[in-house]
Amino acid sequence: MTTEFVAPAVELTGVTARYGNGANVLEEVDLTIGKGEFVSIIGPSGCGKSTLLKLISGLTLPSKGMIRVDGMTPKNARETISYIFQDATLLPWRTVHRNVALALELEGASTERRKQKTAALLELVGLREVAGAYPRELSGGMKMRASIARALATNPRLLLMDEPFAALDEMSRDRLNEEILRLRTEQKWTAVFVTHSVAEAVFLSSRIIVLAPNPGRIYQDLSVDLPQPRTADLRSAPEFDAFVSRVSHTLRASRSL
Amino acid sequence: MSWMKINPRSMKRALSTVANSLAVFAGLLILWQLVLLIFRVPAYMLPSPWAVARSVVSRAPTLATAFTITGEEALGGLMASVVAGAAIALVFAQSRWIRRMLYPYTLLLQTVPIVAIAPLILMWVGAGTASVTLIAFIISLAPIIANTTQGLVSVEENMVHLFLMHNATPAQILFKLRLPHAIPSLFVGIRVASGIAVIGAITGELYAGSSRVGEGGLGYSILYASSQLQTDFLFALVFAATLLGFAFFFSVMFLEWWFLHRWHESARTPDAG
Repeated sequence: MTTEFVAPAVELTGVTARYGNGANVLEEVDLTIGKGEFVSIIGPSGCGKSTLLKLISGLTLPSKGMIRVDGMTPKNARETISYIFQDATLLPWRTVHRNVALALELEGASTERRKQKTAALLELVGLREVAGAYPRELSGGMKMRASIARALATNPRLLLMDEPFAALDEMSRDRLNEEILRLRTEQKWTAVFVTHSVAEAVFLSSRIIVLAPNPGRIYQDLSVDLPQPRTADLRSAPEFDAFVSRVSHTLRASRSL
Repeated sequence: MSWMKINPRSMKRALSTVANSLAVFAGLLILWQLVLLIFRVPAYMLPSPWAVARSVVSRAPTLATAFTITGEEALGGLMASVVAGAAIALVFAQSRWIRRMLYPYTLLLQTVPIVAIAPLILMWVGAGTASVTLIAFIISLAPIIANTTQGLVSVEENMVHLFLMHNATPAQILFKLRLPHAIPSLFVGIRVASGIAVIGAITGELYAGSSRVGEGGLGYSILYASSQLQTDFLFALVFAATLLGFAFFFSVMFLEWWFLHRWHESARTPDAG
């Protein structure tokens, strides 16, 4: 039997990130995320959740330590990464269709491929009807769908999401949570998902990283052993509630450190 | 086309707005006539509305020529400042360092009194439409630079990050993100500049009005009419100047709406909201 070395999706070794004033946002973070994992990052505000994503994406550089994405530096791995921001970051002067095509356009995909891929994704996220509309005509949930479609258009292997559903009402959020999981059954990307919502983290993730603040560091690394695939029914299951309260408890403990 | 569809309700509202404005105008005319009757003002001080109207009709060709000359000068100056202003803004948007270094000079552009530099321009360029256009250009440049620069640099950080995450080149960030983002601000600049350009052209004409005696734009004709105590014609010219300012303002408003109404919040028509 041969064992082939497979680089983890994300690997952080001794990563420290500093604010401009010299204080550490993150201190000595070691984290390995395997391919195909869905990892949520959760923690009180100011614990460096967003910074962690920015480091993995290469948008911010660490002051110490090493970061590898798929065995490469974050910048070299960018072609395989998509980033979903808290606000949908749609270009208001582009229609939904042209917004979804943006990532492909920037990466120089052919017009033919762009059209095909965009149409397929709009269908997939249920926005075919509003392809010609401008972002200001869409609801918050629809904007986020467009943003997701744009991110998936480049066939990412790693999807970084920074509180993408924080601004949505609970119903839209739940629906989009289910959608994200559904979309993942087609393209098996690895996900790193920053959120404030414990229920969301538990519902989506195979693993939850709880961060502690001042300076930001990993407090607990929990694996979510709830049945897969997750369906909406899970939310009303007692074991779901039990897990949510366990994580909430950990989160409270991390805050009082 | 959808923008040509007329909504009966907004049509009615527009008509009543026009009717109200006309009523105010009629009231002012009556007041004007009353002042003449009560205070017995001589015609060279304040002509009657009727005399002004007669002057408009009898000197319509001269008025139209003056209107066109000034309009062309103001438009030329404005278009030049849109092109130059946008180009300068692009340079300014490149770095904070460049902005810090050069921004004070645009402030200078805005604060230097045009009447102080007009004689210089007259000396260098000579009397005529070229100097007047140059004056309109100089005076309308600053708002375009300031607003466009603001638009170019105020792109949300996350938008830039999005572009970077997809390996966008600096040119892609400029042309697909910063420039389209700056268009609404550019229009704000043009709107401000359009009024200033008209004022600049008229003021310019007071100094560098005409290379030929007896023929020139509104500013030149105003000067000429006042020297001849042709007060009725002077009034006609003032109305023409006002009309020119309005024409510029509404043309810019229309262009702004035309370019932006599909996607930009501020450019929505009032009855759409």
